Amino acid sequence: MTVSSPRDAADTMLAPPASWLGKVKPDHLVYVASIIGMILLWHVVATTFFKPQFFPGPLLVLATGEEMVASGELFEHVSISLERILAGFLIGSAIAAPAGLVMGSVPIVRAIFDPYAQFFRFVPSLAWLTPVVIWFGIGETSKVLIIVYTTVFIVLINTMVGVSHIAENKLRAAACLGATPFKSFLHVTLPATLPFILTGMRLAMGNSFATVVAAEMIAADSGLGFLIFNSRLWMATDKIFIGIVCLGALGLITDRFFRYLVIRFAHQYGPIE
Amino acid sequence: MVAQDFLVARDVSYRYAARRGVQPPEVLSNFEVTLTEGEFFCLLGPSGCGKTTVLNLMAGFLPPTRGTLTLGGQPIVGPGIDRTVVFQSDDALFTWLRTIDNVAFGLRMRGLPAERRHSIAREYLRLVHLDGQENKYPSELSGGMKQRVQIARVLATDPKILLMDEPFGALDAQTRGRLQDELVEIWRKTNKTIVFITHDIAEAILLADRIGVMTKGPGSRLGVIIPVDLPRPRRRGNPGFGEMWERINAIIEHEDGGES
Repeated sequence: MTVSSPRDAADTMLAPPASWLGKVKPDHLVYVASIIGMILLWHVVATTFFKPQFFPGPLLVLATGEEMVASGELFEHVSISLERILAGFLIGSAIAAPAGLVMGSVPIVRAIFDPYAQFFRFVPSLAWLTPVVIWFGIGETSKVLIIVYTTVFIVLINTMVGVSHIAENKLRAAACLGATPFKSFLHVTLPATLPFILTGMRLAMGNSFATVVAAEMIAADSGLGFLIFNSRLWMATDKIFIGIVCLGALGLITDRFFRYLVIRFAHQYGPIE
Repeated sequence: MVAQDFLVARDVSYRYAARRGVQPPEVLSNFEVTLTEGEFFCLLGPSGCGKTTVLNLMAGFLPPTRGTLTLGGQPIVGPGIDRTVVFQSDDALFTWLRTIDNVAFGLRMRGLPAERRHSIAREYLRLVHLDGQENKYPSELSGGMKQRVQIARVLATDPKILLMDEPFGALDAQTRGRLQDELVEIWRKTNKTIVFITHDIAEAILLADRIGVMTKGPGSRLGVIIPVDLPRPRRRGNPGFGEMWERINAIIEHEDGGES
């Protein structure tokens, strides 16, 4: 591990450099043991008490998974779902974070838009599915819009909470150090709110997964939601399990990746857990 | 040299806005003070007597309900870089900026290029004995170091007056003692006017040219002003220190700010 920047220097100060083996903590061993134990339990329960169609064991699921990977079917479903999630999530965040910052900082803007934000955040995105499909067709636009809708309110509310949590002293300090209201917004409000925006984005990512599956079940012919829902017609529980495993794994990976980006590039703005 | 009127508060009162039609009592009533340029003025009073409100009015964070505040003859309206504040709480630091960028913040607002403002910030970090800590974030600093950063940050913008709101109140006794000494040293080097709020009598005697004792709130105002003519550097054991402490303590215990 080489020290290349002050930020890295800060990291190394908190955690002393260690060899690769030294980095394996007892916690990690417990994680691995726990996962292996659960798979074994799954295998034993599935093969002892159930028929494969009822409750497929890990070996059957693995075999089906291999087939689906080889045929390219799995990759197609995974990539289309992921595309929808990422597009909707990024567009939604790009709209909601600036909107939340402005709403949190400017009382009149807040007064105008807050009633709508408070009203629509209780309307689940799936309630909009039919009108959205009528208006925007059955294509990708509708699915992405549904994810955007899911993302917007979570990020918006979190951002507004973040703005209201800024220590008054910070804004006062900036003011007496010569910051105009706009500069104070740019140099204090924005960076001070960033941890809340990122937390909102992280939550929204989770909700985007739930939403895309539901949307694909109702109005799609591809994606993991479609895979899970369509497999029910053939009683293909093994495929349903593949869909479930993929969703969990994708969610975990994207969340870890997001967390890594935050720690790597934005850790000084505040901790993320 | 004739002492010149510098910061002047005339007949200042402050009352928070009414809630549900009920008007709260005035925090300050007829507060008056006249500060001289370059002096070290301590505002001393019990908790809740409105010391911080006085400072907020001087800083321009709050407008007075009645009365006027002027600095060099100019009325104070809103915050300004001629009056910078050192807050008691370290939550006033910008946690996402390195020490050097916290100190350079005011210069950045003024539009100075990075190199220039960093070299100035480095000077002030040296003045508060924080050289070598430039690249640390506030979360990596101790409480005493954070307050040093705050002091360097306000000095870097070269204000006319430093407003300090119990800046050492949250520190342990040893750190506080060291920072008190350093602050006097900085004050002598920079010739700044300092308004320093405290409820600690000994701290006021150690630091101040004059101590203004506030009366008990609500509706508090400045009672007596006590000039401290003990020679510097001061120590708690100095002759005259104990007597002065007793005298001020008696005034505060008398609860009327010595006006009867």
